[in-house]
Amino acid sequence: MADLVQHPDEVRVISQRFGKGAAGIETYLALGGYQSLRKALGMKPDEIINEVKTSALRGRGGAGFPTGMKWSFVPKESAKPKYILVNGDESEPGTCKDRLILEHDPHAVIEGVLIAGLAVGARQGFIYVRGEYRYLVDILRKALDEARAKGFVGKKICGSDVDFEVYWHTGAGAYEVGEESALMESLEGKRGIPRIRPPFPAVVGLWGGPTVINNVETIAAIPHIIEMGGAKYASYGPPKNGGTRLFCLSGHVNKPGVYELPLGYPMKKLIYEVGGGIPGGKKLKAVVPGGSSTFLLTPDEADGINCDFDSFSARGEFLGSGGVVVLDEDTCMVNFALRIMKFYQHESCGWCIPCREGTDWLKKTLTRFHAGGGVDKDIDNILYLSQNMLGRTFCPLGDAAAIPTMSIVKKWRNEFEDHLHGKPCPYESRVWPEPALA
Amino acid sequence: MVISEKLDRFFTEKMPEYPTKRSFLVPMLLYTQDELGCLTDEAIAYLAKKTELTELEVRNVISYYSMLRTKPMGKFHVQVCTNISCQLRGGDEIYEHCKHKLGIGHKQTTADGVFSLEEVECIGACSWAPAVQVNYDFHENLTPGKMDKVLEDYRNRK
Ligand SMILES: Cc1cc2nc3c(=O)[nH]c(=O)nc-3n(C[C@H](O)[C@H](O)[C@H](O)COP(=O)(O)O)c2cc1C
Ligand code: FES
Repeated sequence: MADLVQHPDEVRVISQRFGKGAAGIETYLALGGYQSLRKALGMKPDEIINEVKTSALRGRGGAGFPTGMKWSFVPKESAKPKYILVNGDESEPGTCKDRLILEHDPHAVIEGVLIAGLAVGARQGFIYVRGEYRYLVDILRKALDEARAKGFVGKKICGSDVDFEVYWHTGAGAYEVGEESALMESLEGKRGIPRIRPPFPAVVGLWGGPTVINNVETIAAIPHIIEMGGAKYASYGPPKNGGTRLFCLSGHVNKPGVYELPLGYPMKKLIYEVGGGIPGGKKLKAVVPGGSSTFLLTPDEADGINCDFDSFSARGEFLGSGGVVVLDEDTCMVNFALRIMKFYQHESCGWCIPCREGTDWLKKTLTRFHAGGGVDKDIDNILYLSQNMLGRTFCPLGDAAAIPTMSIVKKWRNEFEDHLHGKPCPYESRVWPEPALA
Repeated sequence: MVISEKLDRFFTEKMPEYPTKRSFLVPMLLYTQDELGCLTDEAIAYLAKKTELTELEVRNVISYYSMLRTKPMGKFHVQVCTNISCQLRGGDEIYEHCKHKLGIGHKQTTADGVFSLEEVECIGACSWAPAVQVNYDFHENLTPGKMDKVLEDYRNRK
């Protein structure tokens, strides 16, 4: 469905089968599929976990938590069944990569679930796909049927004595359900309200059993890691930031698309070489580095930063989900902050008061402000309200709303001042660029 | 039977994959809505019985999820993304264009029941923005001109 793109700097690990028909099991097998599962069946659980630790794979859902470490938190013995839960809720604005994985390589996700289960002692896996992605649910269902028919899923997988069930599940429209504890609530047939932690899902998760929750892209990397070895995978990225990731380039770039690049790839090259620069030769104003929940970067910051987790955390900021959104010089940052806040206000599940009330108040203030009704004290009030949502909620949706807002007010305060006291938005008359793709 | 026998059989087969009866509820609601156009009182009563929940519990779940609805929409539900990546490439213009072309606003349906319109949040098509979903089908890299063609094609399909 969605167009595929290419760039010479790409290192194709996860995307190596994209566009090759690997959603069909025969092609997947011909391209080396399910070999890693056979290998993993011959490994001890700790050996698999150590391989993943060595790979320095970190969660691609946004937080960048080391995957091997997450798996090692699962208790060896458990009275309740253990589960692998794959997060395919993909709703973070700017992010459109899990969609490509599920479309082009669903068996890699299934194989990843099986290997993860062998590592932590789980014998059931669920793959949760957002409700809007119905065509992907259909592709996944077919892939699961094929995998079952070939003996990779079900009783005695690959002729071993392991029984392993992998199931599909779908949502029905909710960003909050991408948050891991709300995801479990949704899978249990309830409203997606977050759970308080601790206990963490690795100990008490789905139906009370220990549960590993990983993003689609994280899980899809697992068969490749088992195949090539953790050390090889790690070597693609800088230390502690193993491998490659899918970067979803969007916004004001000449060649938007999803590109697989090594972690640590320079942001400047990503925008100007891979993305082909900004339409009309315009100047850069801002970059959203990894989905709408991240701190925005100024052009100077974007110039010097590499896209790996630690380069961002060293600045107290986040690499995020891989959704890189580029904003040119004619973009109104107040309007941008408003659109982001509208989203979080719409998606707040209403469980925690700071998030429910904070996002609503901020949306109203920003709406009035952008329309020209702003006064001086609004600017600090927007900051104050955002800061007071931080860390005060069950789940990080409140943080996700606060972070971009704070960064926009702090880094583009002048644009807020330009809107004060009835002045019209200086960027209102901008002309939208025609999409570069035909 | 409120829903087709085929769909009911599909639910009955799928439910035992989970340890609790209610677990498959969210997908069941969506698939039921796809068949009936919306979640009618009868459908809610049927699903409550099937999952051994009260109707109120089922309604509580429905009200949480943005795709679920208790009133019918148009045959072709046009969902225009105006979130950030789409906004930067003209998503608002596409939305305004659809409003104008169809003569309806947010969550409204045309008099003939063919089209309904909704402004939606990110649909995972950011790199192919601006994007629209009509029912479950994606339409990407749109311009107002291309949007006209999309609407025209659906109108001819009715
Ligand atoms: C509001 C909110 C929405 C989220 N949405 C997603 C999502 O759509 N997909 C995803 O993989 N992770 C999402 N996450 C992160 C998950 O909570 C979780 O950290 C992740 O799935 C873990 O997988 P990983 O370690 O492989 O990244 C979200 C988090 C929050 C707070
Ligand atoms: S922002 Fe429109 S599809 Fe993601």
